[in-house]
Amino acid sequence: MSPTTLLFILLALSTCGYYAGRRRAFAVGGGSAGIKNLHSRPIYYGSLTALWCGIPALLLFGFWLAFESTLITHLVVVDLPETMRDLPAAELNLKVNKIQNLVSGNIIAGAVEPQIQVAADHYRNLKTTSNAALAVVAISMAILGLVIVRAKITPTLRARNRVEQVIKYILIVCSTIAIFTTVGIVLSVLFESIRFFQKVPVAEFLFGLKWSPQTAIRADQVGSSGAFGAVPVFTGTLLISAIAMCVAVPTGLMSAIYLSEYANKKFRAVAKPLIEILAGIPTVVYGFFAALTIAPFIRDTGGLLGLGVSSESALAAGLVMGIMIIPFVSSLSDDFINAVPQALRDGSYSLGATQSETIKQVILPAALPGIVGGILLAVSRAIGETMIVVMAAGLAANLTLNPLETVTTVTVQIVTLLVGDQEFDSAKTLAAFALGLLLFVVTLLLNVIALHVVRKYREQYE
Amino acid sequence: MNNSQNQLSIRPKKKERTLDIVNRGLSKRYRAEQRFRLYGLLAIVASMAFLSLLFISIIGNGYTAFQQTFLELRVFFDPEIMDEQSLASADYQGLVKKSLRGMFPDAKGRPDKRLLYGIVSSGASFQLRDMVLTRPDIIGQTLKVWVPADDDVDMLIKGHFDRQLGEGERRLKDKQLAWIDQLSAEGKIKKKFNTTFFTTGDSREPELAGIWGAVAGSFFTLVVTLLLSFPIGVAAAVYLEEFAPKNRWTDLIEVNINNLAAVPSIVFGLLGLAVFLNFFGLPRSAPIVGGLVLALMTLPVIIIASRSALTAVPPSIREAALGVGASKMQMVAHHVLPLALPGMLTGAIIGMARALGETAPLLMIGMVAFIVDIPAGFTDPSTALPVQIYLWADSPERAFVERTSAAIMMLLAFLITMNAAAVILRKRFEKRW
Repeated sequence: MSPTTLLFILLALSTCGYYAGRRRAFAVGGGSAGIKNLHSRPIYYGSLTALWCGIPALLLFGFWLAFESTLITHLVVVDLPETMRDLPAAELNLKVNKIQNLVSGNIIAGAVEPQIQVAADHYRNLKTTSNAALAVVAISMAILGLVIVRAKITPTLRARNRVEQVIKYILIVCSTIAIFTTVGIVLSVLFESIRFFQKVPVAEFLFGLKWSPQTAIRADQVGSSGAFGAVPVFTGTLLISAIAMCVAVPTGLMSAIYLSEYANKKFRAVAKPLIEILAGIPTVVYGFFAALTIAPFIRDTGGLLGLGVSSESALAAGLVMGIMIIPFVSSLSDDFINAVPQALRDGSYSLGATQSETIKQVILPAALPGIVGGILLAVSRAIGETMIVVMAAGLAANLTLNPLETVTTVTVQIVTLLVGDQEFDSAKTLAAFALGLLLFVVTLLLNVIALHVVRKYREQYE
Repeated sequence: MNNSQNQLSIRPKKKERTLDIVNRGLSKRYRAEQRFRLYGLLAIVASMAFLSLLFISIIGNGYTAFQQTFLELRVFFDPEIMDEQSLASADYQGLVKKSLRGMFPDAKGRPDKRLLYGIVSSGASFQLRDMVLTRPDIIGQTLKVWVPADDDVDMLIKGHFDRQLGEGERRLKDKQLAWIDQLSAEGKIKKKFNTTFFTTGDSREPELAGIWGAVAGSFFTLVVTLLLSFPIGVAAAVYLEEFAPKNRWTDLIEVNINNLAAVPSIVFGLLGLAVFLNFFGLPRSAPIVGGLVLALMTLPVIIIASRSALTAVPPSIREAALGVGASKMQMVAHHVLPLALPGMLTGAIIGMARALGETAPLLMIGMVAFIVDIPAGFTDPSTALPVQIYLWADSPERAFVERTSAAIMMLLAFLITMNAAAVILRKRFEKRW
């Protein structure tokens, strides 16, 4: 029985449970006139039956499916002939892939070795057995739940309270998913990073000046054994982010000031959504725009001025990233400027200050903590931005601060190291996770600081 | 200010009033005011200029992709090469070649013939095959057939081609240009609406590449994302807003949600790669994994939007429900949730729009692949629309530039529709209390 069919059967059983429970409630209450004898309304008895029928079986179903393939693969590998099991991990992985491809009926290259064919049949058998077992266990669990709860229904059963309790637990579980996600992120990047740092010392990664992750695959191959000094990658990220902030902060801040202090209602109603559109455009579009329009333009302009500009210059990527961040800076600053109490403005005007003097000397200092928090958030976004730099910045890890040269960033390196098929435990792929860990930690720090600053500031005037 | 004070101390002849000092500086201050105001306006104008430049550049590059150049061939469906058993595998390429040779008898010798065959897309033979398969009675007849031209011819007709270059640097040679000019003089070459672009999957040939496969992939991905993130997000918001006690645990959850909203999307891709692909062994490139990752990514957005929708429901409604004897759960389910639902849906649509445009996490879980087939389910290998854009943007052919731009226009159209739907929903159903 395929998992999808089983899922539908379980859902159908659960629905049956609902009606069975409701019917039973009517019966024990003594028909529709006897509802008042029941503790709860009949739908709660139905729901209780449905929940007990569905939830345990569905949980089992989920866990079974999640661990089924790992377990079966393990069993199949254990049963492989000695010679094959002793292969290095990478080759063993290839064999396992081949087996799985055979099982799912994909076309595989080359002739099929007899052992592999045997293993594939074994795999298929195990899978059939496992599916059948799952179906039997899950369906009997569902029916068991249904029967037990139905038998327990009496007029005094506090069905509503029980249903509400179950739903409350479900709500709690849903709200903890955010925590599980964070834990999942931390664990997944941390484990791989630890494996990476076993191969490459932490100090070399953090302070090394050379980044060239290409490792030789075979011992006799020319080429370096790989250098994993991440300093050039950091500088590249910081350079591009700095360019982006140079564009975004003045533009965003000035437009926020104009919109909140000078513009009339009509202008604001038109201009604000238009600026926000910039935030809604997917980053891949910005990347294409940077690579197709901005980068050649900068290169040609540089050529006219007699400057040698790389066609994947940091300037192009930073400029476009800055455009993307403008609405972020402007809407946050707008909020904070609006939060400054009118009394401060009035006080300044009454001393004879012009509007711009009020803004520069009263409003901006008052809103500064909030604006700084907003800018920190924007920086964290710039550091984590991927598609623009993947498409418009380069791969060469140059240690330079010249915006006209090619630099690379943390996100670009993660993408280039992980896209495509590689063996999973080479230093090259693990390096991507180390970079990911670093990215996560840096953005997390920036966010925590920024959120703290912003919250403190908000409290100030409330 | 300093200047004027110095002058004062030098010439203490006449006693100056403060008003005079203020007046003297006034015009300068007004100019500063004007300048400041102008900077503000300039900043907004600059943003608008960037926005319009972006749109002009995309639309300018992409609008031609909605048309495709077709050539008219006179094809004789030769009964000799097509017998009943092997209709699907007959030599349709040969039919196309024969018809081309018939039109241009001057092409002699292998190099010339190869050039001649090069002006027609390799998709022409599939088109002929489909014609024969749907209407076997055309065998033995000679028909005029419009077949797609090669992408270089397409670029030439659309004017993206520089004839002035030396022959060696051009993708079309002099002879091909002559043939094409002859065809257009005879009216046998024209641009038609490009249905291929909307109905097929990816292809190495620009004239055969379409976005339908990517759109289907995006659709399946978003369905998974919506089915997971909306119920879970709403449930989490309801718990945090209506039931949760104020303690450390709920504080921790809130901090977590706020931080997750700002975690770079590529980190979610790393999570997907390490957990869903390597640990749970889910298939690579599948919409279900993409949907899972994007669901985790949009969850904070939906939770935050749903919470603000819940706080917008006035407490009096809750009190009234509790007052007539509803339990807390009944109050939420029967009164608060229905009132907050429009706001929650708006948040969900905006979250979905963000998920639709997201590329980076999908790259990590292998959705960046050359996939010709149109995915039919949640576990078929597929790409997504933004990933398709990324893939095409990397292709060197000039014709892919316009197709990339056209795909971007489609993506933006989807996004605009979704956001418009969110705005309409908010306008129609949102209650101001």
